[in-house]
Amino acid sequence: MTTFPDDSILVLVEATPSGEPAKSAAGLLGAASGIGTPVALIVAHPGRGPEAAAACGALGAEHVLVAETEAATAWLAVPAADALASAADLVRPDAILISNSADGRDVAGRFAARTRSAVAVDAVGVARDEEGIVAHHSVYGGAYNVHSAPTFGAPVITVREGAVDARAEAVEPAVEMLDVTPSGAAAASIELFEEQSVESSRPELRGAAKVVAGGRGLSSEEQFALVDQLADVLGAAVGASRAAVDAGYVPNSHQVGQTGVSVSPQLYVALGISGAIQHRAGMQTAKTIVAINKDPDAPIFDIADFGVVGDLFQVVPQLIESLSARKE
Amino acid sequence: MKIIVLMKEVPDTYGERTLNLETGLAERGATEAVLDEIGERALEAALSSAEKIDGSEVIVLSMGPATAAATLRRALAMGAAKLVHISDEKLSGADLGLTADVLAAAIRRIGFDLVITGNLSTDGSGGVLPAMLAEILGVPHASTLNSVEISAGRLEGTREANGGVMTVATELPALISITDRFPAARFPNFKGIMAAKKKPVEMLTAAELGVDSDALDNPRSIMISVSEKPPRSAGTKIVDEGDGGKKLAEFLVQNRLA
Ligand SMILES: Cc1cc2nc3c(=O)[nH]c(=O)nc-3n(C[C@H](O)[C@H](O)[C@H](O)COP(=O)(O)OP(=O)(O)OC[C@H]3O[C@@H](n4cnc5c(N)ncnc54)[C@H](O)[C@@H]3O)c2cc1C
Ligand SMILES: Nc1ncnc2c1ncn2[C@@H]1O[C@H](COP(=O)(O)O)[C@@H](O)[C@H]1O
Repeated sequence: MTTFPDDSILVLVEATPSGEPAKSAAGLLGAASGIGTPVALIVAHPGRGPEAAAACGALGAEHVLVAETEAATAWLAVPAADALASAADLVRPDAILISNSADGRDVAGRFAARTRSAVAVDAVGVARDEEGIVAHHSVYGGAYNVHSAPTFGAPVITVREGAVDARAEAVEPAVEMLDVTPSGAAAASIELFEEQSVESSRPELRGAAKVVAGGRGLSSEEQFALVDQLADVLGAAVGASRAAVDAGYVPNSHQVGQTGVSVSPQLYVALGISGAIQHRAGMQTAKTIVAINKDPDAPIFDIADFGVVGDLFQVVPQLIESLSARKE
Repeated sequence: MKIIVLMKEVPDTYGERTLNLETGLAERGATEAVLDEIGERALEAALSSAEKIDGSEVIVLSMGPATAAATLRRALAMGAAKLVHISDEKLSGADLGLTADVLAAAIRRIGFDLVITGNLSTDGSGGVLPAMLAEILGVPHASTLNSVEISAGRLEGTREANGGVMTVATELPALISITDRFPAARFPNFKGIMAAKKKPVEMLTAAELGVDSDALDNPRSIMISVSEKPPRSAGTKIVDEGDGGKKLAEFLVQNRLA
């Protein structure tokens, strides 16, 4: 049986519906490599394990544990939590890193409650000091930096998607099939899954280097296309305020803010967004903020590096034209 | 059907929220306290489901300081039948593990067919508590639901995860967490406010729930440092005089952002 390094960091790698490691895997393994030896656990469909394991190695996992099961696409959270419990038993890691996604949080919660582990949530980074593993958090919309640590034991840390830039070097991983002891815990069943069509070639919002976001000021779903156009000229991801999501201009997954996605891009462009505090909470750590709003008193201007007071339906087309002209 | 709704008082996000740099705890009193909006939506979901199922009862459970009592009363005015308020000095600064133990003990004591929570609170933003509770209580957990249909004995809901939309289902008893795609809460009316004055409020401590808040045998997560980031300041603001788009393009190009 394999022995695992003393400084092992166990990373739960989420699998996409087609069986590859999810986007979050690279950052999680990158973070793990900075504080110890990355050991990945991937829960894969029967037969899909080896391929998924190789992909984890390419992202820096020195060891990969593969749990092959159909249960993970039939039941919520419990099969993955069971696999994680079996893996943690085997590896005895210094910390367990999980993506702070909806599914990741569920597995983290179940696993932590079951194993009585300390939990640190929504970390934007991890470090190691003489006493052990420390999680770094950015709270209240980035107004405070908080460091947390467990009193003892290996902490379970959920890591904000797109927050860690570090990447581990590709390695040839040692791969092992994992025997999972089912807990028998009751779970909700997944009756139906419909993959959402992947949107064009546009970058994903989480972790994007540039974001163009639109708010209620876009006025309709049709006119929201202007946000998409500017995003494409800049090579940016598309974001939105909650008001724009509530009005049905864009799907839920584009919401930026306290109850949506938190982003820290190089450039954030806010179009027709007033800049309510709950929206700012998800974007004010952006390097450069640009805003267009017809209300000179809109709070978004308090944090904008460059603000244009004007009608976005005049300003944005001219901006697109100027930028496109330069490209030619 | 007995439905427990988990709600908490949080600093109003419309105000500047502050952390005490020494204790790392939220400064209560620095901003106005309100019921967390997501908890209000959870209560709305409970009340509207209860209206459709005969013999239903909605109980609100909250752990928080004694001063939260006044805020929590709003839940009774909205229509909840009873409030259970766990208030204990010893629980100030409780980490997720301790919070989960205390809330789970209270949920067991009340008894339930369904527990409804928010997916993320606006102050903790932890989002792992619902799953922790489900694990401790030994019930299925349907999380981050965007909609739900509840009937006696069963529920079905939709959620977005892993690049898709899924329909999930479970028998009761169960726990669900909901997102802000759920309808906003009703406003308490005058009748509700008057009725609330007569509704029962049960106050509990950790010890009364059989939880030892001082026990050191479980690891806890603690804050080891807190620092404030300098606030952002405003930069250039121009008024569009027909060339705003061009000027913005220049700014982006100069800063190598386009
Ligand atoms: C607990 C809680 C959580 C929340 N979470 C979030 C969250 O995660 N994300 C989020 O975004 N919000 C969130 N909100 C909601 C938030 O408070 C605001 O309601 C929301 O952000 C407003 O969206 P908006 O700026 O698009 O709309 P509005 O505030 O209506 O602003 C629209 C802006 O567009 C401008 N405008 C209109 N027409 C034009 C035009 N032609 N040209 C230029 N400008 C124009 C107007 O001047 C105005 O400033 C939350 C609220 C609560 C209570
Ligand atoms: N102290 C508390 N009292 C009652 N419910 C809580 C408490 N903390 C969290 N919750 C519930 O758990 C949900 C998720 O909270 P959190 O894990 O803090 O993001 C909230 O929306 C509430 O429903």
